[in-house]
Amino acid sequence: MGDATKTSPILEIRDLHVSLPAGGDRRHAIAGVSLDLHEDEILCIVGESGSGKSMMARAIMGLLPGPQVFASGGEIRFEGEALLAASEARLRALRGSRIAMIFQEPMTALNPLMTIGEQIDEVLRIHTDMDRAARRRRVVDILGDVHLPEPETILSAYPHQLSGGQRQRAMIAMALILEPRVIIADEPTTALDVTTQAQILQLIKEVQRNRQTGVIFITHDFSVVAEIADRVAVMQGGSLVELGQAADILDRPQQPYTKALIAAVPSLVPRPATAAVRRDEVLQAIGLSKTFTSGGGLFGGNKREVKAVQNVDLTLRRGETIGIVGESGSGKSTLARLVIRLIEADRGEVLLHGVDFLKLNARQVRSQRKRIQMVFQDPFASLNPRYKVGHIIAEGMLLQGTPKADATRQVNELLDLVGLDRKSAERFPHEFSGGQRQRIGIARALALDPEILVADEAVSALDVSVQAQVLRLLADIRDRLNLSMLFITHDLCVAAQVCDHIVVMRRGEIVENGPTAEVFAAPKHDYTRALFNSIPGRSWIAHKESLL
Amino acid sequence: MTAFFARFLRNRSAAVGVLLLLGVLLLAILAPILFPGDPFRLAGPTMEPPSPDFLFGTDTLGRDVAAAIAHGAVTSLMIGFVASLVAVLCGTVLGAVAGYFGGRIDDLLMRITEIFQTIPSFIFAILLVAILSPSVQSVVIAIAVVSWPPVARLVRGEFLSMKSREFVQAARTLGMSDGRIIFMQILPNCLSPIIVAGSLMVATAILLESGLAFLGLGDPNVMSWGFMIGAGRSVLRSAWWVCTFPGIAILLTVLAINLVGEGLNDALNPRLRERSA
Repeated sequence: MGDATKTSPILEIRDLHVSLPAGGDRRHAIAGVSLDLHEDEILCIVGESGSGKSMMARAIMGLLPGPQVFASGGEIRFEGEALLAASEARLRALRGSRIAMIFQEPMTALNPLMTIGEQIDEVLRIHTDMDRAARRRRVVDILGDVHLPEPETILSAYPHQLSGGQRQRAMIAMALILEPRVIIADEPTTALDVTTQAQILQLIKEVQRNRQTGVIFITHDFSVVAEIADRVAVMQGGSLVELGQAADILDRPQQPYTKALIAAVPSLVPRPATAAVRRDEVLQAIGLSKTFTSGGGLFGGNKREVKAVQNVDLTLRRGETIGIVGESGSGKSTLARLVIRLIEADRGEVLLHGVDFLKLNARQVRSQRKRIQMVFQDPFASLNPRYKVGHIIAEGMLLQGTPKADATRQVNELLDLVGLDRKSAERFPHEFSGGQRQRIGIARALALDPEILVADEAVSALDVSVQAQVLRLLADIRDRLNLSMLFITHDLCVAAQVCDHIVVMRRGEIVENGPTAEVFAAPKHDYTRALFNSIPGRSWIAHKESLL
Repeated sequence: MTAFFARFLRNRSAAVGVLLLLGVLLLAILAPILFPGDPFRLAGPTMEPPSPDFLFGTDTLGRDVAAAIAHGAVTSLMIGFVASLVAVLCGTVLGAVAGYFGGRIDDLLMRITEIFQTIPSFIFAILLVAILSPSVQSVVIAIAVVSWPPVARLVRGEFLSMKSREFVQAARTLGMSDGRIIFMQILPNCLSPIIVAGSLMVATAILLESGLAFLGLGDPNVMSWGFMIGAGRSVLRSAWWVCTFPGIAILLTVLAINLVGEGLNDALNPRLRERSA
């Protein structure tokens, strides 16, 4: 880390205001934020959704989605030059060459119709006078610098032919090609798997150090901050809450909001093991397999096969929570949908109290569905926008033959249980926040009085503080109602909070299976160890535990 | 709901469309009062130019063109709306079933849809009316039969994207039957594009009906704008009014329906809402 305080800042933000369209919840997306970025440092802007952190990035790049959202006051100076007053042509010249940006979702940020080589070359063509051969050498070099294997091949590849991590590397190469002084990275690792995230964080740190670039790294995740930041700015509701050296903020936060955010970061210490009584088995999966085939038209043709789940065995006991952990494509969500029979398995059995759930006919399945219910990932897609919350929660009960008056009474009780106001029943889903919607989803699942709850990434779309609340709610309900739970997640830390038992999946197979405490203390499989090593900021998380 | 109407009527061209359409509707409703009796009745001298007695003149047989236009409005609107309704209902059900169940059912239904789409629709309609013999019912059937495939494809597309949404999966885990999921869960979320497509289809149906009547394939007992144009086309140079006024009637009605359809599209489609704001 260069001693940031001695150099003069390359980017100065003074009392920045960004106003929002009239009639919204608040007048300003950003209200009076002042920040400096020095060369050779990584400044992390942390905040939850709606904190205005992404608006900061857009304001600096001159990419605010006007005409109603615009910088209404303050100053942004880049190497002394006022950016807010700069002409569009000047901004264009600066963007890419002096200030570059890395986006969250590389698949949408890259043009799908151009090869990686053409897209990076385009930056050089616009900003420099280099000839074709020189440009090509430069592009190959930079692809090598971001550790993409076989740069010559990547050059002529299209975005869809690369993996998510490779695409993000290509994006970073594109941002670096003109040696910008400032790089703004807006949640660059949020869409990536944890092992890929670790590599990309490593890469960003490496290129930043080699080039002494100033990096503004925007994230919602304090463990990523712990991994990468030199200095930290915490934002809430458009204002700066706290600003300081990373070590100070992470270990000695001053403001209550920062303290709350840090406290909400899930710990790596598994929850105490429940008394290891051999309780009766509620659900047993034996040899579950599913292969997806795609392609092949009316007359056959090229078919592609993906073995999503292969020969999975699983035993869930009463009151127990099994965490199914894996990265995207590991088959964990498919497994959940096989068990609950949203997808039909190719082979295998799912025994609910000894009866094979998968062999039941359509009518029998419908009557048995109440035993096993699901909480979904996306709180915005999992509730039908056309119906009121009361109807959504009561629907299952009415279908299973509960009289209307009873159902209404139970809806009220369920709303109490998940911590929502009883008046919520008369409102539509869009009037609620993500965390509240997730509570509605839980209430709907509980309405049928199930024995088993399947939670599919039920907290991964939520802000960290809300995530902690919903996790507590799930654990509380599980203990109170003595539910068994299948908890699907990509996040080992989250799994540690609620699960008695951990199952690690990779490419459709279980690679590790054991009590949470054992898996955390001594992971047996290489892949599990790799997952643990990829957890960002793990030394800080462990350190934080010891402080509490 | 009131917000929807406010948004709809703020769109000036949509408001003009509604006014025009209301005018045509009023004309159709008042036709028996304004022009009592059979519009085929010989009301005066032949090929009389427009005058206070005969507002739009008379045709080659001495029939009142104005009376024919008023009575023709009933035919056009009725056939347009009924045929579109039938087409939308059939297309929605087939598209919903194909999109929801997928697999072989989808393959089968979509191949059938494609067979219908490969036949030029107007020629197909002529063929159907010729086989069924011209009558109001056969014209409605013919128009509906050639109009449902686009609706089916539209609804199928909507269902394909909707059925993977989590609230649909949630409905299945609650033990909801497929029929209830299709009609109670997914369909209410697909209504906007269906309403827009249906409203625009009314205009096409009116054009189709006029075309059929022009060729003499309309119901011979019912007055129609297309029939008037067909009957007057041989005297276009000597008695321009016989063709011109029914033509303008068709133009205004189709224009009105298109404006209303576009307005509905803007008001119902949230992504375009900002454009008008």
